[in-house]
Amino acid sequence: MGFLDVTKSLSEGFVYTLIIFGVTLVASLPLGLVITFGSMSKILPIRWLTKVFVWIIRGTPLMLQVIIIFYGPGLLNLSFKFDRLPAVLIAFIINYSCYFSEIYRGGIESIPKGQYEAGQVLGMTKAQIFFRVVLFQVIKRVVPPMGNEIITLVKDTSLARVIAVTELVKSAENIIAVKGIIWPLFYIGAFYLLFTALVTWLLHLAEKKMSYYSV
Amino acid sequence: MAFLQVNNICKSFGKTEVLKGVDFSMEKGEVLVIIGSSGSGKTTLLRCLNFLETPDRGSITVNGQVLFDSEDNRDHSDREKREKRLHFGLVFQQFNLFPQYTVLKNITLAPELRAFGGKGSSRADKKAEQERINAYSTELLKKVGLEEKADSYPCELSGGQQQRVAIARALAMSPDILCFDEPTSALDPELTGEVLKVIRGLKDSDRTMIVVTHEMSFARGVADKVIYMADGVIEEYGTPDEVFGAPKSDKTKAFLENANQKDS
Repeated sequence: MGFLDVTKSLSEGFVYTLIIFGVTLVASLPLGLVITFGSMSKILPIRWLTKVFVWIIRGTPLMLQVIIIFYGPGLLNLSFKFDRLPAVLIAFIINYSCYFSEIYRGGIESIPKGQYEAGQVLGMTKAQIFFRVVLFQVIKRVVPPMGNEIITLVKDTSLARVIAVTELVKSAENIIAVKGIIWPLFYIGAFYLLFTALVTWLLHLAEKKMSYYSV
Repeated sequence: MAFLQVNNICKSFGKTEVLKGVDFSMEKGEVLVIIGSSGSGKTTLLRCLNFLETPDRGSITVNGQVLFDSEDNRDHSDREKREKRLHFGLVFQQFNLFPQYTVLKNITLAPELRAFGGKGSSRADKKAEQERINAYSTELLKKVGLEEKADSYPCELSGGQQQRVAIARALAMSPDILCFDEPTSALDPELTGEVLKVIRGLKDSDRTMIVVTHEMSFARGVADKVIYMADGVIEEYGTPDEVFGAPKSDKTKAFLENANQKDS
């Protein structure tokens, strides 16, 4: 089986892996900020609910969360259930939003109080202070830790196979089972390496773009 | 009635009483210097004037307008509060410039947000207003001697230069009273001079200012009135010659003696 044939057989895997990565990333980046506001809320019940939720999501395996979201509704006799891909996406988005939210929170809390006070004494509104003064500084601070999470997400996509979504690893295994050849495993390994290298390079560009000032 | 009238300001943090009833007044164009050891409540007093802390009791009146009165229980809108706090400007010990903006943008940002924050105004009006803000900000930058740094970022400036930018930024909102919270305490000794020079320059243009400082000779030179604070109250008040030359209270005498020893 040649390189092109293998690539063709892997195409379904490429598509699923890229969909899981892309959709999770695009949805979790803003949703994480919403969870951050929840965990920093002045209203105590909201803050505690959010913190408990984040604790549960970060404290249990992502694989378990995928399984529960896929099989849970059926086992609980609920009137709805999720298809395989939506179940994976829901679990991934919730999980990554929680991780992102904690990174955002760390970033927001690391901004010196003086920045807020400077905005206040200049008569700015709370929204102006957040969006015009603080947010950009937060983004600069969270890019390195976010890079870690995004690279982990590239590799976590392989967990989708647990409910039989044929992402890249699963589709490579299918080839091995049928054709009895080993090298597609190294092929997809090289793909993950290239993919993470691309992500690393993009993040590096982002960091460089923001390095015109230091704090 | 005096330009600024402060009556019976009290402020506690938990069980610690930081201000125990502070009264003073000042006239337009005066420079009031507040001295005192750390923990005496100087900074808290400035923060109360700038609405960064809410006093537990007391009132603040500027130019006949009551800005704060603890007896007044009405809810004030955020907008009202923001307009009121603009009577005061504050220069921080740690400068607190916005690091991601150029020096000029640091100065123009707040006036821009104030002018364009609301809706309405045509494009031509906006452009004219923007030009006015830029021209005024450049003028202020010239005043603090940093016009050639307009496009630099704060991290490229020395501490003294950063503090001068912070002064220009505060002036851009045209406060009635400009407050300084130990403006030179975070600076190397060789950089304090340039900042003090700018403050002296402002005095010459009749700015009303309240300066909290540990620089005694500067205080004596620049002040019209001096307040010595100790333990949350005004221990002594008078002209520089009265307070520095012939202090009445024993606490003031002890404080000044201590300060002189450090100077020499």
